[in-house]
Amino acid sequence: MSFLTYLKDGISLGSVYAIIALGYTMVYGIAKMLNFAHGDVIMVGAYTALMMITRAGLPALPAVLIAMATCTILGITIEMVAYRPLRKAGSPLAVLITAIGVSYLLQNIALLAFGADGKTFINVVSLPSLNLFDGQLVISGVTIVTVLANIVIMICLTLFVKKTKRGRAMQAVSEDRDAAQLMGVNVNGTISLTFAIGSALAAIAGVLLCSAYPVVTPYTGAMPGIKAFVAAVFGGIGSIPGAMIGGILLGVIEILGRAYISSQVADAIVFGVLIIVLLVRPTGLFGKNVQEKV
Amino acid sequence: MDKSLEIIRRMKNRTLKNHLITYLIVIVFYVVIQVLINTGNLSSLLTGLLVPICVYVIAAISLNLVVGISGELSLGHAGFMCIGAYTSAFFSNAVGDGLPEIPRFILAILIGAVCAGLFGVLIGIPVLRLKGDYLAIVTLAFGEIIKNLVNVVYMGIDSNGLHISTTTAMDLHMEPGGKQIIKGALGISGTPRNSSFTAGIILILITLFIVQNLISSRSGRAIMACRDNRIAAESIGIPVTRFKLLAFAVSAAMAGVAGVLYSHNLATLNTKKFDYNTSILVLVFVVLGGIGNIRGSMIAAVILTALPEMLRFLSNYRMLIYAIVLIVMMLFNWAPAARTWRERMREKLPFKKKAAAGKEEA
Amino acid sequence: MKKMTKALSVAAAMAMAASLMAPVSVFADDVFVIGAIGPITGAAGAYGTSVMNGAAIAVDEINEAGGINGYQVELLTADDTHDAELATHAYDDLKDQGMQLLLGTVTSAPCIAVEGLAVEDNMFLLTPSGTAVDCIFGENAFRVCFSDPAQGTASAQYIGEHGLASKIAIIYDSSDPYSAGITEYFMAEAENQGLEIVSAEAFSDNRTDFSAQLNAAKDAGAELVFLPIYYQEAALILQQASDMGFAPSFFGCDGMDGILGIENFDTSLAEGLMMLTPFTPNAEDEMTQNFVKTYEERFDGLVPIQFGADAYDGIYAMKAALEDAGATPDMSASEICDLMKVSMGNITITGLTGEISWDVATGEPNKEPKAVVIENGEYQPM
Repeated sequence: MSFLTYLKDGISLGSVYAIIALGYTMVYGIAKMLNFAHGDVIMVGAYTALMMITRAGLPALPAVLIAMATCTILGITIEMVAYRPLRKAGSPLAVLITAIGVSYLLQNIALLAFGADGKTFINVVSLPSLNLFDGQLVISGVTIVTVLANIVIMICLTLFVKKTKRGRAMQAVSEDRDAAQLMGVNVNGTISLTFAIGSALAAIAGVLLCSAYPVVTPYTGAMPGIKAFVAAVFGGIGSIPGAMIGGILLGVIEILGRAYISSQVADAIVFGVLIIVLLVRPTGLFGKNVQEKV
Repeated sequence: MDKSLEIIRRMKNRTLKNHLITYLIVIVFYVVIQVLINTGNLSSLLTGLLVPICVYVIAAISLNLVVGISGELSLGHAGFMCIGAYTSAFFSNAVGDGLPEIPRFILAILIGAVCAGLFGVLIGIPVLRLKGDYLAIVTLAFGEIIKNLVNVVYMGIDSNGLHISTTTAMDLHMEPGGKQIIKGALGISGTPRNSSFTAGIILILITLFIVQNLISSRSGRAIMACRDNRIAAESIGIPVTRFKLLAFAVSAAMAGVAGVLYSHNLATLNTKKFDYNTSILVLVFVVLGGIGNIRGSMIAAVILTALPEMLRFLSNYRMLIYAIVLIVMMLFNWAPAARTWRERMREKLPFKKKAAAGKEEA
Repeated sequence: MKKMTKALSVAAAMAMAASLMAPVSVFADDVFVIGAIGPITGAAGAYGTSVMNGAAIAVDEINEAGGINGYQVELLTADDTHDAELATHAYDDLKDQGMQLLLGTVTSAPCIAVEGLAVEDNMFLLTPSGTAVDCIFGENAFRVCFSDPAQGTASAQYIGEHGLASKIAIIYDSSDPYSAGITEYFMAEAENQGLEIVSAEAFSDNRTDFSAQLNAAKDAGAELVFLPIYYQEAALILQQASDMGFAPSFFGCDGMDGILGIENFDTSLAEGLMMLTPFTPNAEDEMTQNFVKTYEERFDGLVPIQFGADAYDGIYAMKAALEDAGATPDMSASEICDLMKVSMGNITITGLTGEISWDVATGEPNKEPKAVVIENGEYQPM
């Protein structure tokens, strides 16, 4: 029974990684850049939702929507101010370092605004937990919502990318930016849209992450950001289903590794599995087979 | 034929001159600082910063070899620093007073470099098969794995020899009088503080010598050929993987030396320092100073190590300002728009144009 | 690229020039200058902030009451972000500004590094909260809090002697010397007390999900979970244990203090939590009441944690020892340190964390550990 509990915990944690990784993978697919500040957008989303609930006294849903809106605007602004000028800089490293600068910036603004003290997060999910097998397996409301949200987001994103004009424009930009531009696709607009979607997802991930593990600090987003990056690479960066499966697998491996091997080297195990996967399949699990790159 | 040989000879002279200028800058820097120290004109803060500056300069040179010359993005250099720091600190603590200070420190440096270099080879063999961002993430992964594993090691030495455990200090089953050296997450404390500014400068000069000679050697040209066009390099019979591995291992060994210098500068050592943030910090030096530009990355390392300390008077706003400065500098140096703007500004200033043109040639 | 290098060189030259000014103390000879170093930013920022606040209150009180030996006191603070290397820079910076006595550093690893320098300079060092044994390896160094061995051993003794439980699980932070240190000594003493350690699970980088560690403890049938960690993680552990329907007793050390002050934390989760801590903000005595009141008024309603109390006591200990030695501010840091080495052994202060005297040979404090339990959202003595 404890195995099932671990598995459930792993899927729950993995689902959060997956939502972050979806944002990561979309941005990477389009802009071809590692957005190190993505994790910190999660943190901004979590703080915004928390402030809306505790300071402004809003109910959970509008608070989350405001957090999404804030992160969307933040994402677009970051892209326009810090990343766009460097898009033709000649080295992908330039924009990578700028992203790190943005990450420091967000962390330090949060530090000044909210202090280094962790703030306990209010659970935004009012769903009761589910008791299975005479209470031996307890699935909390947050877990259910996280997993469901993950699936819904993945389906919506896939439909969006495949069926809508904007989505197909994304695919085109990701395939070949110059050719897409020649065909009349608004490249800047498409990239902005991608950042908007990725950042809105980050806000959702932030709220869910902090609901499950109820504390938010200026550094809340950093490690999940890195893990989600790993998840995105794991699944094949640029691939939507890859990001989701990669995220969930990562969460499960992390929890099982911690439970059955050693809690101290769990991260080493996660990274070890990543290395093995990449050595066998150098572009990740779904990197090659999946056609639609976003 | 004669003409092309002549060009090559001139090119060689020019690189030689360029290399000498770099050595000269380092030596002048050393002399100036020494004069300031001896005349009591250097604040303790700056004096304390000297060894860390040397550490990061060496790390930056070493990473530039991989990122700039070999063209691979490595995000795990802190892992190699960690290996160098731990192995050498273990050695120095184990030997203790068994050896005089200077030979012990030299041996410690060699041990740190060799161990880090070995890890470089071990990690390089699988990693260098990958490309681009995938390679970056795997090096990051290796760096984190090294940190994670070192964090659970307990190691001690007594009359029966070496004891190793990965659980607790009690499982070492040490004899009374034995010395516990590596204490898991507590790391190593009490390493002799052998690092000095002079030692740091000597090590910088040695690192520079190795890297600059490697770059201008046959191997170096082969490495750069692999970077610029792997397929073309392969087609003319250059064993690409072997040369990339060479650069990676040399770079790892030098990062190990930076780690040795670091661990012999502080009374305490634990793995917290060697996470991906440190790898990224060193990468920032390299990118800001110019990818492949050894001198630039050295200068960037000096400035960015000193800058946050110089900003101490800003207290809590310090890191905020640092982040903004970083972003602005990146935009200013790399954005095509900023570059054209700078070009225009330069044209407006005719007297500077000449100087700049002269510099461009150098 | 070349131009950039040039721009960088110019900036470097300017930075150098700005900092080359020889170290000149800005303070006159009639002021004692105490430096405090700790993490003000970074993940451990809460501890350093608390120390700076507690020290500031003590210094202001002392100045208002006429100072030390008739001289005013100036407090300088510096941030080390809980990094050993940055802590040494912070130390050098304060030294440049004329620091004569050091309160700090707050966290263990940076403290060991700074002590390495302070020993060489013969600078008096009193750490409010650096618990690792090596923090005070030199004769110049003392501490206010209990050391790791003292806390680990005392906790195991307390649990054993009061028969709180026999099957014990431990969840600790393997990347934190404080936590790993206490765990080590707790396990050693548990054996003597006849306690059975049924599981000892660590966490390191992941500070949010503790389900695996809690499940291990639950499956092993632990009656009591020992948490030698800080309150932020402990709050999450309590939450997650409650979510999974696991309700053993919980026992913590001084790092647990502060758990009731976390914003939005559901304090009913902490009901029945026991801890060994020298300071509780709702203790009845007048001194604590005044301190908490001043602290809350001055720092936006923040409730002080034990770090602030340790710092407050630290400043008063310095005052007592300086008065015992008859030291004056015109002495050098080294001269003051030599006097303090003797005087610290002569004084006994009654502070927020109890009655404290010091052993000059080891630098360790002698004080009674207090055990408290949380009942109805408040600390109650056990």
